[in-house]
This record gives sequence, C-alpha cells and structure tokens, in this order.
Amino acid sequence: MGNVAIKAKALIKWFGEGETKTTAVKGASFEANFGELLYIVGPSGSGKTTLLSMISGILKPNEGSVLVEGKDIWQMKSDDIADLRLHKIGFVFQDYHLFPRLTTVENVAIPLILKKMDWDKALNVALEYLEIVGLKDRAKLQPVKLSGGEQQRVAIARAIAGKPDILIFDEPTASLDGDTGRKIVEFIKTKILNPDRCVIIVTHDSRIYEYADSIMKMEDGNIIGFEPQHIIVTHEK
Amino acid sequence: MSGILKIALKLLVNDRSKFIALLVGITFAVFLMIMMMSMFSGILSRSSASVYNVGAKIWVMDPAVNNATSSIPMPDYVLSNARSIEGVKYAVPIYFGNALVKLKSGAYQAVSVVGLDDATLYGRPELIEGKIEDIYAESAFFVVKDAEFKKLENPVIGTEFEINDHRGVVVGLAKVASGGLFGIPTVYTTYNRAITYIPSMRFTTSYILIEPKSEADIPFIQQQIKKLGYQALTRDQFVQKISDFYTYQTGMGMNVLMMTAISFIVGLSISGQTFYTFILENMERFGALKAIGAKGHELITMILFQASFTALLGYGLGVGLASGLMILAKLRLPSYAAQVTYTNLTFAFVMVLIMAGVSSYIGVRKVLQIQPFDIFRG
Repeated sequence: MGNVAIKAKALIKWFGEGETKTTAVKGASFEANFGELLYIVGPSGSGKTTLLSMISGILKPNEGSVLVEGKDIWQMKSDDIADLRLHKIGFVFQDYHLFPRLTTVENVAIPLILKKMDWDKALNVALEYLEIVGLKDRAKLQPVKLSGGEQQRVAIARAIAGKPDILIFDEPTASLDGDTGRKIVEFIKTKILNPDRCVIIVTHDSRIYEYADSIMKMEDGNIIGFEPQHIIVTHEK
Repeated sequence: MSGILKIALKLLVNDRSKFIALLVGITFAVFLMIMMMSMFSGILSRSSASVYNVGAKIWVMDPAVNNATSSIPMPDYVLSNARSIEGVKYAVPIYFGNALVKLKSGAYQAVSVVGLDDATLYGRPELIEGKIEDIYAESAFFVVKDAEFKKLENPVIGTEFEINDHRGVVVGLAKVASGGLFGIPTVYTTYNRAITYIPSMRFTTSYILIEPKSEADIPFIQQQIKKLGYQALTRDQFVQKISDFYTYQTGMGMNVLMMTAISFIVGLSISGQTFYTFILENMERFGALKAIGAKGHELITMILFQASFTALLGYGLGVGLASGLMILAKLRLPSYAAQVTYTNLTFAFVMVLIMAGVSSYIGVRKVLQIQPFDIFRG
C-alpha cells in the first residue's frame, strides 16, 4: 500500500445552471496520506461537505479527478464505486443515520451484511467492534435509547466494522458538548487512526483542532491554506 | 434468508404502526375481494345445481333457455328424433317445475319438482333412506334432505302432504351434490306423475337428457339437434350458459365486478399510501445504505421483499378471514351460497401482486432518486 490514500486533482463542482449556477468547489487539489488525521475546516457554505462527497465517491465532480489508492474512482462504473465505498471507505455522518428499528449491534453489522457476511457471524464481529467503542453492554438496545455520544460511537463502530482504509467524519462533534466532543476525537486519534488508515474529518469546531495532523482550510469553495506546511495543497482554478 | 432481506424485514416489521396499517389495508382488500367473488361463485354454482345433480352428459333444450329452472317445454317429436340420432345411446325426458305443498301444519311451501323418466329414472338422486322402486308407488315422492329440508317440517318416510291439491307421500329421503339457488325444497317423482300433478302447457318435456355412445359422437348429436331448431349442450356448456346469463344479463356480474374493483382500489390506496409513507420515512436510511455501499439492485430487492412480504401475509390473512367468516356463516345458515374457488384465490392473488407491484414501484422510484450526497448535506 502506497502512502497516499486519496489524491484530489483540480476538483470543480457546481450546482444549477444559468443564473442559478453556484460553484461550490472551485478547483481543489490535495493529497491525504495513510496514518494521517486530516481536518477540512471552514465556515458553513465553504464547500467542505461537497469536497468530502466528491473524494468519497458520492458526488461526481464536474471537473477534476479523485484517485483512491491510485485508482481514478470517477472513471469507474457506479456499482464499482459502491463497492469501493463498501470496502475502502467508512462514513460517520453528522446525524449518525443509525437505523432506529434495528438494535445497536445490528446497526454496526450493516457493512458486514452488505459484504455478504453470514448474519450471525456479522453480529458476532459487530459485537467486537462495539466492545472497541465501549458499548458492548448496549448491543441489544435500539439507538434511540442511547445518548448522543454513545450514538456517535455506534456510528464509528459501524464505520470501522467494514475495515475501511479511509474513514470520513462529517462534523463529528457538532451535536456533542465540548467534553464529549473532545473524548470522541481523542478516541478517533488513539484507537481508530493507524498507519494503514487515513481519517478525514470535516468540522468547523475549533475546540478539536489540536488533535489534527493536518488542517486544510476552505472558504467560498477554495482551499485557502493548510497547517502544517507538509500537506500538499494547491489551488487551481 | 440473506442478511440484506433480514434488515429489510426488521425495518418493516419493527415499524409496528406502519406494518399493521399495511397489513390491515391488504387484508381488508383481500377479504372483500374473496368474499364478493366467493358469494358470486356460490350463486353461480347453485344456479347450476340441477345440472350437476342430474348429471346427464347432454342436455337438449329450447335455444331461448338461459337457466335450468326456466325451461321451455318441447314437443314429443324432439325426443323421438333425438333417440334416432346416430351416436345416441339413449335419450330420456325430464321435467322441472314448481308446485305448492300444503304441509300437515296447514302451511304452504313452494317446492321444486323434478320428474324422472318413468322407465329409467335417469338423473335420480342418491337415496339415504327408502328404496328406489318405491317411487312407482301411488303418490310417491322423494324429498331431498338438504338445507331447505326443514321447510317441509322435517318429513320422514310415510309423511303425507298435499301437492297442488293432490296427495303426496314421502317414500324416500335423498341427497344431492348441490343445493338450489332459490331456497326452496326439492322433491323427485316420476315424469308422468309430475306432469299429472302440475299444470302445464301442451308440451311437457323440460329437457331431453342424452347419453352418447362416445365422446366423439357429441358434435354430431349437437349438429342434428340444431337442425331440429333446438340446442344440445354438454353439461359444461350448459353450466357456462347459465353462468353467462347470471354474469352478463342480470347485472349481478357487473355489481360483483364493481365491488371487487372498489375493494382492490381501497386496498391499493391504503397499501400504496402507507408503503409510500414508510419509504419516505426511511429515505435517510436507504440513502445511508447507499452511501455505505449498497447497490441499487440491493435496495430494489429490499423494497420488493418488504412489499411482497406484506402483500403475501395480508393475502393469507384476508383469505383466512374470509374463509373463517364463510365457515361461521354456513354453520348458522346451511344454505349460505358462497364458495372459495381456485379461480377466486388466483384472481385475488394477482390483485395483491399488483398492489405489491404498484407500491414497490413508487418506493423503488423514490429510493433510486435519493443521492447519498443528500445524506451528507442533511
């Protein structure tokens, strides 16, 4: 496995046509490496989520390319992109998007089931991941019975259960209090991140900036800077 | 069951209120459809009871006859001609008519009278009490012991009654395959006694029953009868003719069709609407599944499975409920005319599949439209 997990080249994305045309990302190029915790930060409407969606195979860019482990994902067929998401990328959504009608352990087992793992085996494996996030005793509960922080951890367990190389978090601390938010990011940094995994967090919560290896700043669809300097960031229009 | 279907099932079943609403909608629709069609089938079956009970292979009648009980008497030469047709093993007359019976209590009761050919008793019912030869005794009648039997005050062998001011004596109790449609008791006697007791026109033969030498002779016999200006129908053709009459010429068929269509529309509306709401409420979950890596065809499979599962369960419950109600009704009303047939079940099944198909189609369209990006955007 090479060191570069994701390489984005001159990504441009606009919505609408004519007078209603809005360009959300105006030419973003960067690389994210394995073993790195990369933050994409910026105010609301700066294009963070759009950029995140393009690099994770969810939203097709109008221009530019995204290489995941060396493969240009937007040259793939839609089913292959879905496969890539299933096998290589894990998501933790801002609102978690847990399934309220399933138990916690069944929620965590979803990526495994999508990978055609036997139901009982998937539940056993999911239980191991719940143990990692410290919620094994909540396995049989439905997500609505859990606190916000616990739901966040279930979402993390679900994201890592598929053993993805790339983990993407969308505003993971947005609905958590400061202390719980910090604990979650600490947990990501110490337990989830490893040399074979790249973690990308989209956030505008400055309280958690201290945990980042690299921070990429966005504003009005442009990458306007990065910290520290070792991350390769270019701005092409 | 594969994991993805198990997830689909849990998403569906664990949403209790929606699941119950879906089930109730489909069950209710199936119940109504089965009930309507079964009642109609029962009526059609009863309307052909005489044809089934007599059991002749070929029935000769006036072409204007459209149901078994409204026969148009034919002249004797038709019988003579029928007997002389090549391929006819034998041909006998049969009489169908109605009479008023005065019971011992003094009450009057209408009865259906079947007059069997004196020589052969062709078309006779199966006796459960009495001897067949007793039909030749003076004023002898067999009474059919069916749901209407009690209207004759439960007669026994030897019970006397008046029939059109003539003396009648019960010499046997019989059973038949199917009860009549009009809720009146049936008595059997000989042809000659029947036409003596019951006022009639110049011609007296209601039908001529023909036994062909072989099945292959039937078309020729039908052709020859047609030349006489009459119609020879096989048992199935006659039943179909009666069925067509009730279906298309009495308005009954249209009523049943309309009720069935309304039931279908009600079921479709309830299930379609509820399933659509269910899909809308689970849109984010389907979007999340897509984002995680579920493919379009997997989501379609999930939705089809959810719709089919509900539809089949609703179908089973609907059929069960309708059958249960019919059994209960028959316990209380033995002459209750309703029967579940394979045709009814198949028709209702197809309707339910259409409901599931339409509901799924709406759901599939919606789910395929959702983009995982929408999930990211919240």
